[in-house]
Amino acid sequence: MTSNGVLQIALYFLAVLAIAKPMGAYMARVFAGERTFAHPLLRPLEKGLYRLVGVTEDTEQRWTAYAGSLLSFSFFSFLFVYLLQRMQAALPLNPQKLSSATPDLAFNTAVSFTTNTNWQAYAGETTMSYLVQMSALTVQNFASAAAGVAIAIALIRGLARQQEKTIGNFWVDLTRAVVYLFLPLSLAGALFFCSQGVIQTFSGYTTATTVEGKEQVIAQGPVASQEAIKMVGTNGGGFFNANSAHPFENPTPLTNFVQMLMIFLIPAGLTYTFGRMVGDQRQGWALFAAMSILFLAGVFVIYAAEQSGNPNLTRLGLAAADGNWEGKETRFGIATTSLFAAITTAASCGAVIGMHDSFTPLGGLATLFNMQSGEVIFGGAGAGLYGMLLFAILAVFIAGLMVGRTPEYLGKKIEGKEVKMAMLALIATSAAILLFTGASSVVSFSKDSYWNAGYGPATGNLNNAGPHGFAEVLYAYSSAAGNNGSAFAGLSANTPWYNLTLGVAMLVGRFLIIIPMLAVAGSLAGKKRLAVTTGTLPTHGPLFVGLLVGTVIIIGALTFFPALSLSPVVEHFLMQQGGRF
Amino acid sequence: MQNEMSADLLPQKLAKSRPLFDGDILRRAIGESFRKLNPMTLAKNPVIFVVEVGALMTTVLLARDVATGSSEFSFNIQIALWLWFTVLFANFAEAMAEARGKAQADSLRKTKTDSIAKRMLSNGHSEKVAASQLRAGDIVICEAGDIIPGDGEVVDGIATVDESVITGESAPVIRESGGDRSAVTGGTRVLSDEIKIRITSNPGETFLDRMIALVEGAERHKTPNEIALNILIAGLTLIFLLAVVTLQPFSQYSATAAGSGAVPSVAVLVSLLVCLIPTTIGGLLSAIGIAGMDRVMQHNVLAMSGKAVEASGDVNTLLLDKTGTLTIGNRQAVEFLPVQGVSDTELAEAAQLSSLADETPEGRSVVVLAKEKYGLRGRELAQHEAHFIPFSAYTRMSGVDINSDRLRKGATDSIVQFVREQGGTVPDDLKEIAERISRQGGTPLAVANGQRALGVIHLKDVVKGGMKERLAQLRRMGIQTVMITGDNPLTAAAIAAEAGVDNFLAQASPADKLNYIKKEQAEGRLVAMTGDGTNDAPALAQADVGLAMNTGTMAAKEAGNMVDLDSNPTKLIEVVAIGKQLLITRGALTTFSIANDVAKYFAIIPAMFMATYPALCALNVMGLNNPKSAVLAAVIFNALIIIALVPLALRGVKYRAGSADALLRRNLLVYGLGGLVVPFPAIWLIDRLVHALGWA
Amino acid sequence: MWNQLLPGFRMTLALTVLTGMIYPGVVTALCQTLFSAQANGSLIVRNGRVVGSALIGQSFARPEYFHPRPSAAGIDGYDAASSGGSNLGPTSQKLMDRVKATVAKLQAQNPSHQGEWPADLATASASGLDPHISPAAARMQVERVARSRSVSIEQVKEMLVRFTESRDLGFLGEPRVNVLLLNLELDRVLPTK
Repeated sequence: MTSNGVLQIALYFLAVLAIAKPMGAYMARVFAGERTFAHPLLRPLEKGLYRLVGVTEDTEQRWTAYAGSLLSFSFFSFLFVYLLQRMQAALPLNPQKLSSATPDLAFNTAVSFTTNTNWQAYAGETTMSYLVQMSALTVQNFASAAAGVAIAIALIRGLARQQEKTIGNFWVDLTRAVVYLFLPLSLAGALFFCSQGVIQTFSGYTTATTVEGKEQVIAQGPVASQEAIKMVGTNGGGFFNANSAHPFENPTPLTNFVQMLMIFLIPAGLTYTFGRMVGDQRQGWALFAAMSILFLAGVFVIYAAEQSGNPNLTRLGLAAADGNWEGKETRFGIATTSLFAAITTAASCGAVIGMHDSFTPLGGLATLFNMQSGEVIFGGAGAGLYGMLLFAILAVFIAGLMVGRTPEYLGKKIEGKEVKMAMLALIATSAAILLFTGASSVVSFSKDSYWNAGYGPATGNLNNAGPHGFAEVLYAYSSAAGNNGSAFAGLSANTPWYNLTLGVAMLVGRFLIIIPMLAVAGSLAGKKRLAVTTGTLPTHGPLFVGLLVGTVIIIGALTFFPALSLSPVVEHFLMQQGGRF
Repeated sequence: MQNEMSADLLPQKLAKSRPLFDGDILRRAIGESFRKLNPMTLAKNPVIFVVEVGALMTTVLLARDVATGSSEFSFNIQIALWLWFTVLFANFAEAMAEARGKAQADSLRKTKTDSIAKRMLSNGHSEKVAASQLRAGDIVICEAGDIIPGDGEVVDGIATVDESVITGESAPVIRESGGDRSAVTGGTRVLSDEIKIRITSNPGETFLDRMIALVEGAERHKTPNEIALNILIAGLTLIFLLAVVTLQPFSQYSATAAGSGAVPSVAVLVSLLVCLIPTTIGGLLSAIGIAGMDRVMQHNVLAMSGKAVEASGDVNTLLLDKTGTLTIGNRQAVEFLPVQGVSDTELAEAAQLSSLADETPEGRSVVVLAKEKYGLRGRELAQHEAHFIPFSAYTRMSGVDINSDRLRKGATDSIVQFVREQGGTVPDDLKEIAERISRQGGTPLAVANGQRALGVIHLKDVVKGGMKERLAQLRRMGIQTVMITGDNPLTAAAIAAEAGVDNFLAQASPADKLNYIKKEQAEGRLVAMTGDGTNDAPALAQADVGLAMNTGTMAAKEAGNMVDLDSNPTKLIEVVAIGKQLLITRGALTTFSIANDVAKYFAIIPAMFMATYPALCALNVMGLNNPKSAVLAAVIFNALIIIALVPLALRGVKYRAGSADALLRRNLLVYGLGGLVVPFPAIWLIDRLVHALGWA
Repeated sequence: MWNQLLPGFRMTLALTVLTGMIYPGVVTALCQTLFSAQANGSLIVRNGRVVGSALIGQSFARPEYFHPRPSAAGIDGYDAASSGGSNLGPTSQKLMDRVKATVAKLQAQNPSHQGEWPADLATASASGLDPHISPAAARMQVERVARSRSVSIEQVKEMLVRFTESRDLGFLGEPRVNVLLLNLELDRVLPTK
């Protein structure tokens, strides 16, 4: 590790720390319906949307109605994205005359974007028209992120309120998230990115004649507008196959720094919003601290591993001090790429500036674990917070017992119902990862079957053999169930088998967390707030932070230890011994 | 041995305690462990049920080994045996806890002989019927020597009753009609006099019946917290089931990819599963709950439900009656304050003489104070012509006439009147002194000799020794104490300050009490209180933990959710500690159980895949001998740890009063970090043994 | 049911118009006006022909040019309509074989080089369109380029120093050399005879 690398990481973290408070305070005001500096400009837009959609701003919903609204919204979102892809060939803004998506790919992509996963079984520049990129995918970048934030706000309300039946109005929360957060931030981000070289055009691809006289077709498109929301909405679905590694998406280390900040902007801010809404800022900082510890641990594991490089390659004559450069961009280098990898997997963003598939085993392990631990290390917009609160509930439950009281969090008793919902969410995501990975590592098809045409067995789609191949499958389902969207991209996942199973994993990872957490919100909102005494487990101190960190790590580690030991762990030892597959 | 709680919180009085591993109980428990193997009963405990299914699977597969003459037989049979042991050990823990209750129930049942009752008829005569034929509303008559045939209320008469059957206390108690000492319990015995009792319960529903059912655990329902914890560990079990089941295809891929090794055998997979699922807490969970109830019982408190014990751990506010709980029921003389012109000694002497025949504690304390402070010795009154005037409610005075002296002591008003009647005048400062004493929370007792008012004795409520420390301890636990008293606010404030309670409720009527509880609850606090009177009943019912005194009325006992057989209101503090201890034990063992998994992974995973990926040897951090010994060691450790922790589950984790933060820090260190570290050397040691013994 | 579903439909429609049409439309209009060059791909035009984009790498094989990193984009590399990395893992035999071949080629092209090879020059980038190489990778090629162009090593070195970009804001990313821009400048200032 170099001192400049460490400095970059430190300055990035300080920047996140600095933006958390203003962003969080702003969001708290927005979702409480209070006036902000943005209101003179945006309030008419907000009201206009209510009128169009038919929402009365001051009616509130019980958790069931809130969940129902979310499901209805997600259903239509899915339908739009699916249909637009299926009809792509017949629609305008398709200068490259790309054909319509197959049903399974359209399903996978529609699920992927409505669940804020942005897993891409396709390569953007060769599959999706400008219209689909804009009017289907970009829309969902806004919508799914806004829905995630809405859910987090609803859950915070559940904790903040007492003896109430309602937890807010989904349509209002969704609208406010789009109007006051994502639109202005994206607009500003898009203009900045474009000024630095990110493209934004409806023209067709450019054909250049290179210096050595070859033809080079250069893909074009409305990238900047999608790039901004892709980051700030922690979506991660790249316009291009190479995602943020592509120079047109992320041309300089400076744009990259802004992209990294945009990923954590809302998740970090929400911890502050949380503190403000529950009336105890320390509670928010405690979550922030727990997330920070896990995050920095991940960053340094990846950085150390990538910097120490691959002995297999140094043996071939590459400079040992350089580290592992396969799948990394020169302008970003080892430190920045490691930092980005930690951010994107921690925040369930899924954008990449380096190919995780080519990371060293331990670097890959850390990215995998960031996802398998539930995408709670800042996590997706909204999703990270409600995911972390799930772990807080479990941590409080076990530790709360150890102080000799019925466990409580923020004065709300944690009882059977809350534990049941938290466990349901945990089991559902673990099951989606483990069962589908298990199935894909043994299931066999014939080469000409519909399910995995051209590949035969599901392991035929792997780009790597040995433990690394297994890691590709494990990564895919971990990414899907964590709604992350990044990949060990060597896996050729655009076949009906992978499209459908990954789609299901994404649905499970989204809705089987959201619905239980909304149920928890409803249950907590109805409870009385208990008085705080010295007998109450304090949930704002370093002890609780440590406990929360421990809970996240140990639950993730215990669930995935066997799977991980057969992939990156064993690969690490094998790599040291010079093993090759 | 019985009591791990700090001595200052729990007095060492444990009336019905038995040694933890009493021979009789042990025998009973071992038998029961086998009966509990029945899958139908075991299905209620998902974790142990999974172990049993695993044990069954490995056992069935042994047949295949025999048929094929597999070399794996000796390993597989050992695994199967240890899995069965795991189930048995878990059953044993529960059986141990239950057996203790059952043994107590048996001894209670022995006292429940069917007695003959004398039922009153409408014509004034009585008829003899079997106690079992009595119905609520019947009136029976009991005289000295009779066993009271059922629970009821004394409607006429007064008697001494031996209640040792219920309370274990051999000293007789007084039961009389009207008031708060009217309740009698079936099975107790009248020692003197005769009483008429109105029966209040039908056969089979008596207090004794309920007590038997409670100690036996027949009516045991899972408490809310136990249910929540069960969900957690069942959920974890499911997650580990997924992790292990999917290991089969994972290893199939890996074996193919590596070109060596094979899929782990069923026995090994089952071993991993059993080691991972929280068998420790799963096996001990119900034992912890039963033992908690049992510990409450050992303090002679009858909890009507486990929920009540659990709730007592959550209590934020403790309502304590002043008299009898915070103060020793009686006031004591602390000072003699003469009026002007009277010497200390004269007053002391007069006070002493007037109290010589006063056998009340207050009277005795006057004599003692005079002796200690002024060296006055009790005189031989026989020398004199002494005529004692006893206290009467009419005069509100008592005293003695010796020779010409007419010594009186009593309420200030009464003495003033007495002096005036004698033709004397009352000095101005008498009332001043009396008022000053009142303001300080004391009770003034004026003393006069004929027409001379001499001064005032300062009687003071004496706070029980050590009370202040115990209340401070409660404060550290986050529990605020509220003193309930009929005294005026001035007096109450003074005593409250001396006792160190956080708050007080002066001139409290039962309605005030009820409202206070409701107010506390509305502010999100859980309230515990004690009570004995019928008019306490609404408040006892409203409180989250209502501890009724056994000497109290039936109404009070029914309204509360616990009955203290010793009728000692301070017991509430112990009950709170037990409630907390119960929850801590659950949390600690859950944490321990989960933390253990890390070491077990490091034992089994490398063993499992050594053939496929020899590189995974690097994970064999314990340096275990070979794959078989490693797996066996982990399984054996997993089984033995259950047995090793049975005493802890039954006794409860050590509880020290302190802030939540301090408690958590300590318990996390011991059970979290301990749970992480301990299995490493333990498994290593077992592995050596297994290898040395040639088992693997 | 309907009062749940209807707002869902309407909201999806409204957001599609707002964020899927108006938003990108506005962004495009603004970018095309304010940052026209960047918005259209930072294209480089020489003699009226587009020779590439300043941001997108292209392949160079001739000895007189600085060579970029291996590329996994498209079949022949540097296919700017098919970005992507090799996705080969650290224990991949294919990766070892490829790197071995690259190293052999580097050795053949730069016989004077001693010692270790700069890692970036033998590994594929993430996008396959990496326009940069590390300063070390460029320095290693100076002698070959100078010899092929029959100019002094110092001249090429000097140009290389000019074209070495430092870290953004002094600490972001890594120092780097844009291969296309450097090669174009070489052709302009020190054309091959």
